[in-house]
Amino acid sequence: MKRIEATNDFVVKFANVNGSGSASANELFAKAILRMGVPVSPRNIFPSNIQGLPTWYEVRVSERGWLGRRAGIDMMVAMNPQTWDQDVRELEPGGYLFYDSTKPMPESAFRSDVNTIGMPMTAICNATYSDPRQRQLFKNILYVGALAQLMGIDPAVIEKLFSEQYKGKEKLLASNVQALHLGIDFAREHLANHPVGLQVIKRDRVGNRIFIDGNSAAALGAVYGGATVCAWYPITPSSSVAEAFTSYCRKFRHDPDTGEARYAIVQAEDEIASIGMVTGAGWNGARAFTATSGPGVSLMTEFIGLAYFAEIPVTIINVQRGGPSTGMPTRTQQADLISCAYASHGDTKHVLLLPEDPKECFDHAAIALDLADRLQTPVFLMTDLDIGMNQRLCEPFEWNDDRRYDRGKVLSAADLDAGREFARYKDVDGDGIPWRTLPATHESKGAYFTRGTTRDPYARYSEAGPDYVYNVKRLLQKFDTARSMVPFPIVRKAPRKTRLGAIYFGSTSPSMDEALDLLITGGIPLDAMRLRAFPFADAVAEFIDAHEEVFVVEQNRDGQMRTLLMNELNVDPMKLVPILHYDGTPITARFISQAITKHVHAEIVEPKAEKKASKETVK
Amino acid sequence: MTYLAKPRLHHPTLEINKVGYTRRDYEGKISTLCAGCGHDSISAAIVQACWQMDIEPHRVAKLSGIGCSSKTPDYFLGASHGFNTVHGRMPSVLTGANLANRELLYLGVSGDGDSASIGLGQFAHSMRRGVRMVYIVENNGVYGLTKGQFSATADRGSKSKKGVVNADNPIDMVALALQLGATYVARGFSGDKAQLVPLIEGAIRHAGAAFIDVVSPCVAFNNHEGSTKSYDYVRQHNEAVSRIDFIDLAQPTEASPAPGESIDLPQPDGRVMRLRKLRADHDPTNRLAAMALVQELAHEGEVATGLIYVEPEATDLHRALNTVATPLNRLDEKSLCPGEAVLAKVNAGLR
Repeated sequence: MKRIEATNDFVVKFANVNGSGSASANELFAKAILRMGVPVSPRNIFPSNIQGLPTWYEVRVSERGWLGRRAGIDMMVAMNPQTWDQDVRELEPGGYLFYDSTKPMPESAFRSDVNTIGMPMTAICNATYSDPRQRQLFKNILYVGALAQLMGIDPAVIEKLFSEQYKGKEKLLASNVQALHLGIDFAREHLANHPVGLQVIKRDRVGNRIFIDGNSAAALGAVYGGATVCAWYPITPSSSVAEAFTSYCRKFRHDPDTGEARYAIVQAEDEIASIGMVTGAGWNGARAFTATSGPGVSLMTEFIGLAYFAEIPVTIINVQRGGPSTGMPTRTQQADLISCAYASHGDTKHVLLLPEDPKECFDHAAIALDLADRLQTPVFLMTDLDIGMNQRLCEPFEWNDDRRYDRGKVLSAADLDAGREFARYKDVDGDGIPWRTLPATHESKGAYFTRGTTRDPYARYSEAGPDYVYNVKRLLQKFDTARSMVPFPIVRKAPRKTRLGAIYFGSTSPSMDEALDLLITGGIPLDAMRLRAFPFADAVAEFIDAHEEVFVVEQNRDGQMRTLLMNELNVDPMKLVPILHYDGTPITARFISQAITKHVHAEIVEPKAEKKASKETVK
Repeated sequence: MTYLAKPRLHHPTLEINKVGYTRRDYEGKISTLCAGCGHDSISAAIVQACWQMDIEPHRVAKLSGIGCSSKTPDYFLGASHGFNTVHGRMPSVLTGANLANRELLYLGVSGDGDSASIGLGQFAHSMRRGVRMVYIVENNGVYGLTKGQFSATADRGSKSKKGVVNADNPIDMVALALQLGATYVARGFSGDKAQLVPLIEGAIRHAGAAFIDVVSPCVAFNNHEGSTKSYDYVRQHNEAVSRIDFIDLAQPTEASPAPGESIDLPQPDGRVMRLRKLRADHDPTNRLAAMALVQELAHEGEVATGLIYVEPEATDLHRALNTVATPLNRLDEKSLCPGEAVLAKVNAGLR
């Protein structure tokens, strides 16, 4: 029988019933390996439910540091009878099936081409514990112990993690350690004849990286970035942004003397009220944000148009999920690009930030708040469920204490008294961004009426054609100014010259890194550009221009980023080849490299008709 | 005539209030509403109340939705920032603005179209949440700006200008506000400024969300025979349940009314609201009684006006959130940013 043998390079998937306490045990498994200096990237696959339905935790261990999803499972810890058949089917031949052998199962339930390891976990727990909740919880710790023994995970590392988790709770600590050793001992005594070829060996490949989910990172970025008002409505997968913001604010934002809050968080009655509150707060000079997902953005579009046209700073964190409509609430996609870039009726364009991991979620949240104030416009932080709800290894957060918030162009009472002209919607600096005043600035100067209707540069209601054209053209000018202010794209050049390029963004990045390597091995080197924002910097058009074909890799059905590139940069559609993954699972390196390879090989067999070299594809 | 600019000079004999302003300083642009529109009287009452309370105009923020009534903030308090938002969503924008700066006075002006249909949810939740504001609904039973459709407050059986009879039951915003726990609930009539101005004054002083439903006849579309929101109808069916004055108890200027006829309600700023009962059975501090009274009167086809219910010790959203006294929009990096050292500790805890 084949046995998969791999050191520090494999995928273990845990299949559990959600609500059974498995999440923290599985996280322990992942963290223990991290503490041994080997990079891991775990992913939750959970149902749209609270308790009783299946949930999976897929841990990729990769000494090389590949953090994207791999596809293919080397070991399945099958703890959920409900999903047994599909879990067993998913295993690679030669892989390992670890299961609870308390109840006998028919031979037909097993596969002859995988290595089956049974441990009577329920029986052991029932013999050791009498409390039903303990029996359930410690079953999970039991298998962590057994796996540690089988795979070479250092128990001392796990015990250290326990001591940190249960600091001050001695009894819990003791009982968890006991359960751990129960599992270790059982495996040592009874499973020695079931050797597992998947081994963990201590390395030093993690460095000083941190392990955190994207939503918490974004929330912390909002704290550091000076957000004071957060209005939100619960929706999967963005609720934890507001929850993390709440808990960070409780820690960091209370006046040390009075205990009063230097922030206001309101759980509004719906997304419309949420964005309404953010708009009111932004209008009145507070840094305000909301966090939501696709369906919430749909509800918010009227207000987004108001904030755009009345020029009010507003920050929206969109943790994208499977769409359209209610879609796949617990699956990931990058399918809101068009609906956010052009949100609301009429001619609109909005700034999008595209973080790739929790570190960038932190950075971009703070940048978004600055940009919203500076540009006086809605700014979207576009993450997704994959980044938001999974713990990811990333570079540590950084902040410079000398950094000051960019509050943008706000006229003070002194400015008004000094005779500065106040014309709310007039371009005076050449960048399309006017000056605003906040309520209560000056006794008699600077008051004006904010509306969603058209106006002249002095905020007076006007239906005159020239006034309207001046206004909307200035908004385009402002958007153009944004191009040099938003995070710039990052290019990774191929080891040798190539006529092929690839563009990607967001959560695609870890798999893209790996795919580029696979493609080089396969003889297809690519220059790759990772977009980090919209509108597009000049470098994007230059990149496309410099290549004959550019693969646009994204996680939606309709190639939305490709559409934005064509629309904004006037690129010939034939030049941009869509590589699309949209089944709700995170994109893999295998998928990307196979799709690109297929296209390249097909081209070799049957090349596209000769095209005239097009030099004016880019404006 | 709106093409005439308002003259800027003030008559030298115009009275000046304690902050140095005449009543003219509280006005805005010339109204573009129909001649005789009830809303203009409400604007005048707001101007009167703000002037006599010595409020500094620039320390007021005026927010509105969309509709004829929502246009009115342009016609008063010209030195205040205003925000004409979107249909039915003024309460959320006002809430956010209030959170950003708790020191200002927030006036939310809306209509029955804006607040009783599309805005019903936001109206309800703003009452529940207790945002400190003056929420005025200028209620004429129709959509004026879009030319005369029934609104949700139009009475069943009332007739539109074109003779269509309304078959739907009306929403009574006062009854709803009481049900939702609002702490200052009043109804006024644009045709009775003597009653309305003190109601607005009380609302401004109130520490929580203050709601005033002001019946304000639409002369263009709902002032005819068959309307229950016309000047004639309201005058004939107005059941005023109270009158209020604001007094300094320390300086009694008139003989106190007989016991049982009035209630003295201390205000957060130290003054006292003296509420004179016009109906013996009206106790404005008893919510259940107020709810019953409103229903009874409505059943009789009467319009209950006056201060219907008040909780003098009401609290507001800022107190519930325990926010700092300094407005949030004035806090800087020192107060808001935890800093590098803290971040290093956070990082350490994530390894």
